[in-house]
Amino acid sequence: MGLTDIAKMLADGTKDTLIMVLLSTLFGYIGGLPLGVLLSVTDENGLKPMPALYMVLDIIINITRSIPFLILLILIQPFTKAIVGKSYGTVATVVPLTVAAIPFIARMVESSVKEVDKGVVEAALSLGAKKFTVITKVLLAEARTSLLVGVTIAVGTILGYSAMAGIVGGGGLGDIAIRYGYYRYETEIMIVTVVVLVLLMQLLQWVGTLISKKLDRRRG
Amino acid sequence: MSFIQIEHLSKTYKGKDDSVHALNDINLTIEKGEIYGIIGLSGAGKSTLVRCINLLERPCEGKILIDGKNMPELSEKELREERRKIAMIFQQFNLLMQRNVLDNVCFPMEIAGIKRKEARLRAKEYLKTVEIAEKAKAYPVQLSGGQKQRVAIARALASNPEIILCDEATSALDPQTTGRILKLLKQINEDYGITVVIITHEMRVIEEICGRVAVLDKGNLVEEGPVSEVFKNPKSKAAKRLLLTKELSEEGEENGLN
Ligand SMILES: Nc1ncnc2c1ncn2[C@@H]1O[C@H](COP(=O)(O)OP(=O)(O)O)[C@@H](O)[C@H]1O
Ligand SMILES: [Mg+2]
Repeated sequence: MGLTDIAKMLADGTKDTLIMVLLSTLFGYIGGLPLGVLLSVTDENGLKPMPALYMVLDIIINITRSIPFLILLILIQPFTKAIVGKSYGTVATVVPLTVAAIPFIARMVESSVKEVDKGVVEAALSLGAKKFTVITKVLLAEARTSLLVGVTIAVGTILGYSAMAGIVGGGGLGDIAIRYGYYRYETEIMIVTVVVLVLLMQLLQWVGTLISKKLDRRRG
Repeated sequence: MSFIQIEHLSKTYKGKDDSVHALNDINLTIEKGEIYGIIGLSGAGKSTLVRCINLLERPCEGKILIDGKNMPELSEKELREERRKIAMIFQQFNLLMQRNVLDNVCFPMEIAGIKRKEARLRAKEYLKTVEIAEKAKAYPVQLSGGQKQRVAIARALASNPEIILCDEATSALDPQTTGRILKLLKQINEDYGITVVIITHEMRVIEEICGRVAVLDKGNLVEEGPVSEVFKNPKSKAAKRLLLTKELSEEGEENGLN
């Protein structure tokens, strides 16, 4: 394989990885953000305590979070197939990634929202704000720095999972690293692939930190 | 009928194995336009009482009539509307940390559905009233305690309230700043005719601006009346103790101990 071929393969792999990670993060937040808000709101010290509901959600999330990602990936293959028509490849991997991401994102959102000072919530309630307004304009708005740090962590974690999915033909950089490094002993390609993954992670962390700092007004 | 009428108000916090009787059968009335003080030592139930007025805390028993409406009986929607007439300021200011001063003052107007442009104009006026217009673009973290409380007062004004509840509003401030904030509250009371209810553990705050005062001790209202009378001739143990604490602290100040 020539250098240009390798370069093209890596470029495609990077693109696939990015698509996988971004889509999974997006779907992960579409599910995880409302779920996290629901957790923080129904908690015993929340805006509308609902202990029974909280307990049920809490248990479901703990169960899904304790299943190792690779096992989850295999467990839900029938489900993945039902949704996207096949159980391998870039698009198919988005399904298990999203399923793994939702509970974990929900937990991070829950903890970010719980950090918001209760006094500010009370101030809003005392001004006659609706609960929904409190959620959007106080809880989420005040927690935004912490939420953004959470996004950075989520993207990083999903990037790591996506590489793991390479073992079962998940597509992207992880797939390349495993195919060449593990099955064909082409160590150089594996190393280059891993370096690209590391760079992606670094870049992501850097951008994430930069944005959340820029948006934080508590630093003056 | 008085403007604020509290009848047989009781509040018990139920814990897992014990319960705290925070308020026992409280009765008091507050007239429109007055500055009413509620004093007591820490843990006396002052915050619970003031939070029952706007139902941040739901009373176990009793009535809280505001302009004739019994607060605990209102629906969620009616309660939200009623709360807009009752602003509150807090010891810890409770400003939105991610919003600048101007947007903090706009917040109650957003809740009330006032257009952004008009809200900003009005917010600027309120900031002038509390003499902090130059900080409109600053964020709370950049302000001193006294400045934060001014912003909180401007925010309170922005909901166009009939009542302002102050829960230890000056307790986090130094004596000089306390004096200025009290003057501001007095001025607002006079200019806008807003009824002010002041919760404090400091005698001095009551003396400086309140007309009448209630003394709270372990959840009971033990004494009530015009400030001059209660302080000249305290009948309850709690009032006597508060007076003594004040004299001691003044002696301390004179001897340079404070
Ligand atoms: N949310 C709560 N749960 C349980 N006990 C409470 C709660 N809030 C206040 N208390 C108790 O009620 C009593 C009165 O408290 P509070 O009204 O805060 O007093 P103050 O404001 O006069 O210091 C105290 O014994 C306090 O521990
Ligand atoms: Mg208190």
